[in-house]
Amino acid sequence: MVLTEHPTERPPVRSVRRLTRPDAASRGRGGQRFLLVGLILASVYSLFPVWWLIVAATKDRTALYQSNGLWFSGWHLWDNLQQVFTYQDGIFLRWTANSFLYAGVGSLGGTLIALATGYGLARFDFPGRNVIFACVVGSFLIPIALLTLPLYLLFSALGMVDTPWAMLIPCLINPFSVYLAKVYTEATVPYELLEAARIDGAGELRIFFSIVLRMMTTGGATVFLLAFVNTWNAFFLPLTVLRGKENWTLNLGLYNWTGTRLESGIDLTGLVLTGALLSIVPMAIMMVAMRRYWRSGVTLGALK
Amino acid sequence: MIRSLRWKGAAFTVPFQLGFVFLYLLPIGYAVYESLFTEKQSGLGLGGATTEFVGLDNYGQGLTDSAFMNSILRVVLFACVQIPFMLLISLLLALFLDALTSRVASRFRILLLVPYMIPGVVAAIVWVNLYSPDVGPLTPIGKALGFDWNFFAPSMVWPSIGNLLTWHGIGYNMVIIYSALQGVPRDLFEAARLDGASELRIARSIKIPYVRGALVLTGLLSIIQMLQIFNEPALFRNITPQTVSDSFTPIMIIYNQAFNAGNYNYAAALSVLLALILGVASFLFYRLTSKEAD
Repeated sequence: MVLTEHPTERPPVRSVRRLTRPDAASRGRGGQRFLLVGLILASVYSLFPVWWLIVAATKDRTALYQSNGLWFSGWHLWDNLQQVFTYQDGIFLRWTANSFLYAGVGSLGGTLIALATGYGLARFDFPGRNVIFACVVGSFLIPIALLTLPLYLLFSALGMVDTPWAMLIPCLINPFSVYLAKVYTEATVPYELLEAARIDGAGELRIFFSIVLRMMTTGGATVFLLAFVNTWNAFFLPLTVLRGKENWTLNLGLYNWTGTRLESGIDLTGLVLTGALLSIVPMAIMMVAMRRYWRSGVTLGALK
Repeated sequence: MIRSLRWKGAAFTVPFQLGFVFLYLLPIGYAVYESLFTEKQSGLGLGGATTEFVGLDNYGQGLTDSAFMNSILRVVLFACVQIPFMLLISLLLALFLDALTSRVASRFRILLLVPYMIPGVVAAIVWVNLYSPDVGPLTPIGKALGFDWNFFAPSMVWPSIGNLLTWHGIGYNMVIIYSALQGVPRDLFEAARLDGASELRIARSIKIPYVRGALVLTGLLSIIQMLQIFNEPALFRNITPQTVSDSFTPIMIIYNQAFNAGNYNYAAALSVLLALILGVASFLFYRLTSKEAD
């Protein structure tokens, strides 16, 4: 189920433009104004922290502490970027690469497993199917601490703590992705098509890889995107299983830098802010580029 | 379905099953097992520790641990204030959007979703700096208006964190509620208007009951998140260790017991307790909210 995007056309001349639905709440001018003022206020509230962050990333140390936070003062963005990328021998780049590795590879594997599982649950009837599905839904309620602490012990017994595996393996199994994949399969893969392929003599694996996966492109992209965002944003798991700086994610690194400001008298505020801005960029690009997909995912979540 | 086909279908779920056992069932089982033991230091702590079976002692200790119970109470009280407040704003914004033409609505929707695109930890870093009296713009604005704001004062920590969570969550919840609103059959409004219902009345009597399910879902998701809140207080603690103690929220306590105090068995018992409390809270919330509908 994918919501269609509204094509964005050029807005017509302002003065005669209707902003409200012809059938809607605020047919009066006053009502329309009230709605717009409310929405504009909410937009300002949503956007001003981001604006402040962008402005702060362009300031040198003095300006950061002394100039008006909501307006530019000097232009030191390039110096700040250079500082972020060279501080501690360029560890920031390493963290960026790690975040991409965990979120990218982990979500790709997790999506493939989720699509196969969702397809199996949605289009086959086998004993134990309902048990698996109950596990999937039940696991939404499990607190992270309950899983993360024993996982840490498990991984340390296997010698995997502080290696990328400790982040990648948990990403492979994502119950919410399985739930989404099942719903998508039910909506997009008809039984008749599978029957026809079987009559033509195609094997089950071939049917899955060359027919089902192709039909599930949209669903798969949504599952991947949501898993990617989740992994990129993860904090408690990496904090627990990644002990050394080398394997940290961007989030962990920035968190560590905010603490350093306090501990050793070095002022890292400017670095943290520029780094924070940088860490938003890939996420924003991805969300905007794939907004059609994740909207359908969010909507699906709402249909439970 | 033919027998062999059944098993082939089941085979598609095997990788997930294996992973689920390894990453979910095994850790939960292990946490429960560990929670029944305790480590006793022999002598002066110079010898090795011995592990003893103590049954439910750790749980008894957890239930009478005032720091842990206070942290749960603190988070629950906070949830009772912040979640309804956030959902009310999200609902209002969704109703506002629903009244606009779809093109204008989609513009605003993207703007309001910007906070959701920002990772939680980064959002907390941004707000901690906005609150900061040294670099943040809010303190000077307060001064200009004649207020002396200190966002890190003990009485202000929860409002400060609440504002950050509200900022981060409004857009996401609004989208879920707005999607549900799109499902209201439009001819219902026409019928209501013909009967002389005002727009406010339509919103109250048709639209809000219709998005009930979405509100219950967003409420449930928010409660689950709130009981496990960790990132934001941990970041505040980075800045103001004197106001945010290391036993501020349940997960902070569990983390400290496991990794700083080394009481792994006790930490395991506390996480099982928290899971049970979470389950009960979700169940109660679900029952209460669906009861009202009958």
